[in-house]
Amino acid sequence: MGTEFKESITRAVNNANLTGALGKFSEAYKVNRAKAYEGIDFEELRGRIAELKGYAAAHLDELSDQFQKNAEACGATVFRTKDPAKVREYILKIAQENGVKTVIKSKSMATEEIHLNRYLEEAGIEVGETDLGEWIIQLAGQTPSHMVMPAIHMTKEEVSDLFSKEVNERLTSDIPRLVKVARDKLRPTFLAADMGISGGNIAVAETGSIVLMTNEGNARLVTSLPKIHIALVGIEKLIEKFADVATILQALPRSATAQLLTSYVSVITGPTPNSDGSMKNMHIILMDNRRSEMAADPKFKQALQCIRCASCLNVCPIFRLVGGHVFGKVYTGGIGTILTAWFDELKKSEDIQGLCIQCGACTDVCPGKIDIPDLIMEIRRRLVKDQGLPLLQKTIYAVVNNRKLFHGMLRAASIAGKPFTSGKFVRHLPLFLADLTNGRSLPAIAEEPFRDRIKKISQPKFKEKAAFYAGCLIDFAYPEMGESLVKILNNGGIEVIFPEDQTCCGAPARYNGAYEVAASNAVDNINALLREDVTYVVSACPTCTVALDHEFISTFESLGQTEWLPQAKILAEKTVDLSTLVTKLVAAGRLTMKEGQKLGKITYHDSCHLKRTLKVSEQPRELLQKAGYELAEMFECDTCCGMGGSYSMKLPEISAPILQRKLKNIKDTGAPLVAMDCPGCVMQIRGGIDQDGAAIIVRHTVELLAEQLEK
Amino acid sequence: MYQQFKIRAEGVSAEVYHFVTKEAALDHVINFLQADGLADTSGALAVWAECSFLDGIDRDALRKIAGLKFEVTRELAAQARFGISQMEWALADTGSLAQNSTAIEQRLVSSLPSIHIALVPTNGILPDMPTLLSRVHPAECRYLAMITGPSRTADIERVLTIGVHGPDRLVIIFVDELGGGC
Ligand code: SF4
Ligand code: SF4
Repeated sequence: MGTEFKESITRAVNNANLTGALGKFSEAYKVNRAKAYEGIDFEELRGRIAELKGYAAAHLDELSDQFQKNAEACGATVFRTKDPAKVREYILKIAQENGVKTVIKSKSMATEEIHLNRYLEEAGIEVGETDLGEWIIQLAGQTPSHMVMPAIHMTKEEVSDLFSKEVNERLTSDIPRLVKVARDKLRPTFLAADMGISGGNIAVAETGSIVLMTNEGNARLVTSLPKIHIALVGIEKLIEKFADVATILQALPRSATAQLLTSYVSVITGPTPNSDGSMKNMHIILMDNRRSEMAADPKFKQALQCIRCASCLNVCPIFRLVGGHVFGKVYTGGIGTILTAWFDELKKSEDIQGLCIQCGACTDVCPGKIDIPDLIMEIRRRLVKDQGLPLLQKTIYAVVNNRKLFHGMLRAASIAGKPFTSGKFVRHLPLFLADLTNGRSLPAIAEEPFRDRIKKISQPKFKEKAAFYAGCLIDFAYPEMGESLVKILNNGGIEVIFPEDQTCCGAPARYNGAYEVAASNAVDNINALLREDVTYVVSACPTCTVALDHEFISTFESLGQTEWLPQAKILAEKTVDLSTLVTKLVAAGRLTMKEGQKLGKITYHDSCHLKRTLKVSEQPRELLQKAGYELAEMFECDTCCGMGGSYSMKLPEISAPILQRKLKNIKDTGAPLVAMDCPGCVMQIRGGIDQDGAAIIVRHTVELLAEQLEK
Repeated sequence: MYQQFKIRAEGVSAEVYHFVTKEAALDHVINFLQADGLADTSGALAVWAECSFLDGIDRDALRKIAGLKFEVTRELAAQARFGISQMEWALADTGSLAQNSTAIEQRLVSSLPSIHIALVPTNGILPDMPTLLSRVHPAECRYLAMITGPSRTADIERVLTIGVHGPDRLVIIFVDELGGGC
């Protein structure tokens, strides 16, 4: 990552206005969004949206033809182009032909994508933004920091300074008064403008209509007052049927601002009369700018299902810390990373793609049903394919890819690390892991890894067998978690085998775009885990479980390797996470916990992969309560802890404040104990608590359950 | 559906009234205008766009009320404090109004003044937007306008503030006698 980029992050996380405003907003947003969706089956609704937008993305040419025919039949002029430069030229030409001196605009991301304002201004045309947020940004000479709320990073004092200069009068920071000033100041501009430029939230092929939504009412004025109206619409806004407008409008305002509907919705089909009786001169520009290439890409076509609600930004733990400016000038957040990689260029996304911690919070709320983290991974993969891995990473993966060498080094680390170990934590790690200790303590590498310890456990013989996939952390840092797992499964009548040849699950390589390495890890693990006939392959690390259950398959698919796919699918079938398996055993009456225990208060942290990819969240809670704990939910229990594998090494400046927030939420419950199902989260949170000094114990669910078994 | 509409519309700061007869509704409008400053010395104007509510009403009598105009121009609408129009439909599930606003006058009176008074036929209340869209033919309804509450913004520090570019008050008056939408 470039220094300039790193600096922009540091600036952002230290900007109290920004993080304060975004933080407060993101908290309120979650509550309000849920309220706005009351009585609506969100999954059903987004299923329909994904389907109709997916259909449109697959038929862009047909729908563009149909749209053009219908809009022109109503009297509009439709201009279609692939090239942003042609869009700019076309708009300037119309302006010059009609002697346009001033233009008013309502909010449009597409015009920002092609930097239209600057172009027109250089040609001597005055351009006025009319959306309040956009106007503030324009006055400040800045770029928007959020797709829906462009000026969310500014305070009312800053706004009052800007406005004071604009109206030559010392204004206070009273918000209603500032809004009134903007109204009064912009009114004459509206009335005098020769041309109105808008975007389009939706374009309907069947009727040639465009749909515009605003809360302020500026789009109504932009499309009504000037005699010329130009609507610039990206072709991803096309949908086929008029009736489907209602489907999108059911989700868009709810997801964007938690409103049932924006104050104003205009559905415009061709020109309408002006107040002097003439007809409006109306142009609609359908802009491609790589959208049809995107549609032809088997992986990225999904991104065209976006309806630009920005809810993915609102729930993103990274976005709420750094805001939009770190992401660049136009599209921001997770989806913005993807759009920048396409509409601008792949290279431009090099730094920003690294901001995503892969927590999946965005995918949960996306009304277009887009798997944003998966697409960001694909960007990573393609960047690595184009540019190769940095040397340091290459060295690391060369090691990880050689199981014997890798495990040998980890064993060596347990000895070499000793001088640096105090109690259960390492303050400094040897070897390439040196940076890991930044901002939090790390576990000492165990003296004896789990792979050695299991040999000493004498297990009863059972017919049913499970292969335990430990993952690097349990094997080498937390072997006691593995021992607890064996104890539990034995109690439930299952014998645990530990296939010696298992190696790293490949997640670190995959999350850094090194898919070839991940694929080779996958093959090694498939061989190891399927060698013996077992009923289950069980893991107590959700990241590993996701690798076994989903990612081996998708890694092979991304690389076009089919040879190992059938085996990978068999492995996926057998894979199960600890809490789900224990829940099954309890339900079948095979496993019982001590009766009537009163173990006191506990709080539970949801690990990203467990909750959102594997959809497991109730099981561990029920088991812990059954064991005798009293559950006290923490605020934002399913928000990422900031670990994200090597993320915490690469972006400690972001990971650290996310961890601090998590620690605060844990402490606020007053529980002396916090449980979670992921050794990675244990490492992050336990390390944070150690440095913080709070008297809170951090445990994996597996350990807590093992202590409460009957017998 | 009226009750549901009223709850939703009031939830977004609209004011909702209901009258059986046109006469009662007209009285209410005039009282409202006068109580809110029309024809006082400030010279506040009201512009009233063409609509079926006005059928059979003696406009000349109304013209005697100082400041009330039936000629809707850009200039008058921009100066006016009140804009009056008839909206054909209301959507119960979102508290929205909808109108075929192809005629520019309809848009001027509902977007430039600071108070918009909307007359709505009571049986123009529809359950939701899918129902509305199934009744509208875009080729004939060139500018379909939906309005949900007054103009609003939250662009400064996320503080909800009413009345940016559009009206800061939306007064909705249902009239049974007006019959159905078109
Ligand atoms: S990606 Fe999804 S959540 Fe994000 S803006 Fe698009 S539709 Fe909304
Ligand atoms: S996966 Fe998480 S970090 Fe990545 S964009 Fe989505 S919400 Fe943000």
